[in-house]
Amino acid sequence: MGSYILRRLMIALPSLLGISVVLFTVLALAPGDPFEELATNPNVPAEVRLLLRAKFGLDDPIWERYVRWLMAMLHGDWGFSFISRVDVDQLILQRIPATLAVIGASQILALAVALPVGVLSAVRPYSWFDRIASTMAFIGFSLPTFFTGILLILVFSIKLDWLPFVFRADISATGWAWWWEQTKQSIMPITVLGLFQGASWTRYVRSAVLDVVRLDYVNTARSKGLAERAVILKHVVRNALIPVVTLVALQMPAVFGGAIVTEQIFRIPGIGSLLIDAILRNDTPVIMAVTFVFSCLVILFNLIADLLYGWLDPRISYR
Amino acid sequence: MQEREIHALIEQVRSGELPRRAFIQRLVGVGLSAPMASMLLMHHGIAQTQQAFSYKPTKRGGGGALRVLWWQGATLLQPHFANGTKDQEGSRIFYEPLACWDTEGNLVPILAAEIPSRENGGLSADGRSVTWKLKRGVNWHDGQAFTADDCVFTWEYAKDPATAAVTNGVYKDVKVDKIDSHTIKVTFNKPTPFWATAFVAAEGMVIPKHLFGPYIGGKSRDAPNNLKPVGTGPYKFVDFKPGDMVRGEINTNYHMPNRPHFDSIEMKGGGDATSAARAVLQTGEYDYAWNLQVEDEVLRRMEDSGKGQVFIVPSGDIEFIQLNPTDPVTEIDGERSHPKSKHFAFSDPAVREAMSLLADRKSIQEFIYGRTGIATSNFLNNPPRYRSPNTKLDFNIDRANQLLEAAGWKKAADGIREKAGKKLRFVYQTSVNSLRQKEQAVVKQGCQKAGIDLELKSVTASVFFSSDVANPDTYGKFYADMQMYTTTMTQPDPERFMDQYTSWEVASKANKWQGRNITRWTSEEYDKLFHQAEAELDPVKRTAMFIAMNDLPVKANIVLPLISRPRVRGVSLKLTTQLTGWDLDLSMLFNWFRSA
Repeated sequence: MGSYILRRLMIALPSLLGISVVLFTVLALAPGDPFEELATNPNVPAEVRLLLRAKFGLDDPIWERYVRWLMAMLHGDWGFSFISRVDVDQLILQRIPATLAVIGASQILALAVALPVGVLSAVRPYSWFDRIASTMAFIGFSLPTFFTGILLILVFSIKLDWLPFVFRADISATGWAWWWEQTKQSIMPITVLGLFQGASWTRYVRSAVLDVVRLDYVNTARSKGLAERAVILKHVVRNALIPVVTLVALQMPAVFGGAIVTEQIFRIPGIGSLLIDAILRNDTPVIMAVTFVFSCLVILFNLIADLLYGWLDPRISYR
Repeated sequence: MQEREIHALIEQVRSGELPRRAFIQRLVGVGLSAPMASMLLMHHGIAQTQQAFSYKPTKRGGGGALRVLWWQGATLLQPHFANGTKDQEGSRIFYEPLACWDTEGNLVPILAAEIPSRENGGLSADGRSVTWKLKRGVNWHDGQAFTADDCVFTWEYAKDPATAAVTNGVYKDVKVDKIDSHTIKVTFNKPTPFWATAFVAAEGMVIPKHLFGPYIGGKSRDAPNNLKPVGTGPYKFVDFKPGDMVRGEINTNYHMPNRPHFDSIEMKGGGDATSAARAVLQTGEYDYAWNLQVEDEVLRRMEDSGKGQVFIVPSGDIEFIQLNPTDPVTEIDGERSHPKSKHFAFSDPAVREAMSLLADRKSIQEFIYGRTGIATSNFLNNPPRYRSPNTKLDFNIDRANQLLEAAGWKKAADGIREKAGKKLRFVYQTSVNSLRQKEQAVVKQGCQKAGIDLELKSVTASVFFSSDVANPDTYGKFYADMQMYTTTMTQPDPERFMDQYTSWEVASKANKWQGRNITRWTSEEYDKLFHQAEAELDPVKRTAMFIAMNDLPVKANIVLPLISRPRVRGVSLKLTTQLTGWDLDLSMLFNWFRSA
């Protein structure tokens, strides 16, 4: 197992390098200019603008800029944002709490909904519960998040005035008051994201459990006289969850940068909105840093998913 | 408007016949800015008035938290590095200039003890220097005293090209001397009747020497106070998350009595204009929202909730269409829209005049902008008495058809006019913005009825407004037949804007398309007037020349003004603000208060 992990990590390094080259080239070739707002400002003489470009090395050839970026990254310097004049790692660190709090919580909600609903649907296939759950699941992942988000805002913020819809990352209250405020503003985005994700996971869990429930050993367990609950929880679910676990592990990187639309609607200062802002403003260092971290996470979680799969299912061995 | 008329108006204001406000409105009507009109009056010894504003609170603090929404969040808080007004507004919470402009174009002293004038000796007789007396007893947020040294330092900082300050253009041609600890003298290299540029308004925010001193020049980006502003403003810095949140708390040592009213301020960024309007007008979560670029009927529906209202603040922005006199298709020396090429249709004045008759400004105002836009045919709202006889708010399809027929453009079988085998088919580009796309559709409809076919193109704003040399879709390249955007007129001195139509500023490959004459239109008369205006010392003569210059591209129909766009803001019903269209929204933040 150890040698397997080592080999995977060794393969990961050139993949990451390749990814960074492609990213950098695409960004360099893309149109747009981080200093475009200065272009329309008559107070900024052309020399100052050109000096700024030279200062940030924007006029150097692509490969030179890439090598400079790579060397800096290896030294732990993630770069300096053109737009904010702030270190990129500081920008990212500022946004991690909000991202984890909302997006992370939504994944947990998705799991919490998908598992029981999926298992129950599969155990009683084509019953009323199953039919309703399946329909809701289809509706859930067909409706885009910007639609459900705005719908929830209209209902809960505007009509009923129960919940605030602008997310504030820094609530000044403390203790219980803080938790209450945080919950109130987080419920809607977490629900929007969680239910969207949960809808598709429900279907996966359902089909995984259905595959397992008709196997012989389940019949054996039942005929041995075990309670239905024990049969489902201890025998069926544990085996059915193997493909689901790998799926969830592969979804984890999406927490980091995947909820762009929801963050925009609710004004959550997450990493997704940082990425989209940086793209629109051509803030190359920020884009490189965020996408690079994203690719690292994808590779890492792929590895974790493979390892988990091997650990959960003893029939699989790694050489 | 001729020089004689301007003189006559000034005398009318002096004798009291004409209210000052009316004079300013008239000058704004012919394309100048309120600050400039106000300075004209000041130059002639007519004192400015204080804008009527009653500040009700009787003590400092106690107003709770002020929550404002800027849907384009501030990304940095150093005014001399600002990328656009959002950063200037974020900085303005903490930093202050010596004076700012109110909505009637009056100069309001902030860090200055009084506004310089001839009477108090602030303005020199030869028009080459201004002496500012600074307010005493003002402290920076860290307790240090504010003195003339800070102003001199700000000048040195901004004028140094190695600092790469975006305010460089304002400070590089002046000299600032310290007279004593609370007096400075700003000297211009030539007589400057419109002197209120350095240390005034958004470009004039003063930064502390004791904190920024070591970071002048090449080290400017390393200053820790770039992220932790220490200013003289009504609020002290608490926290900043770029693009997301700016927080400030009350400055208990603020130099104006009983101010500020609020205990803290929070400026949230992100999202879009519609949800920002919602947060103020419908749910009341925020007290103020900036720049509501939303259709008026949507805004009206939101106002019905009764929590907030929409303020329309007059300013000098105009949405206009440019017609390309050069050929955007043929490439000459690797450059399209080459200044020496000619457009097959727009070099014909009849076609240009027809185009100006086909833009249905009234419908655009009524159905798209509503309160937030005013149809205009000249470079701004033109009161009837001063309307040039040729530029009329006309939408006349029949006349356009007549003009085109007479010029030899006949309708072919597909309904599109053509002459010598060339069809009247144009590419019409603008930035991505739902209001603009609707405007394009309206203009296209009008043109269709006259046998002109428009292909609508929209480019994302960050690309359209960029100065990227490699990109063919920037507005500077103008690789299309027509383009549309908004131009702003906020400087007191229009000379910087008038160079947009001079022949030496033509944007071309030679100057990497950085030239300011994007339309590529040239006129000997315009150039002549421009040179005359540069050398002219009498501000009234100069003003008359600017007005005449302004009229030239409009009468030539190379530029089609569409809509004058005032500023649209959302304000909670309980909040009293003091807004201006000639300076930043937060320039008079110290006067904002909330009624119970």
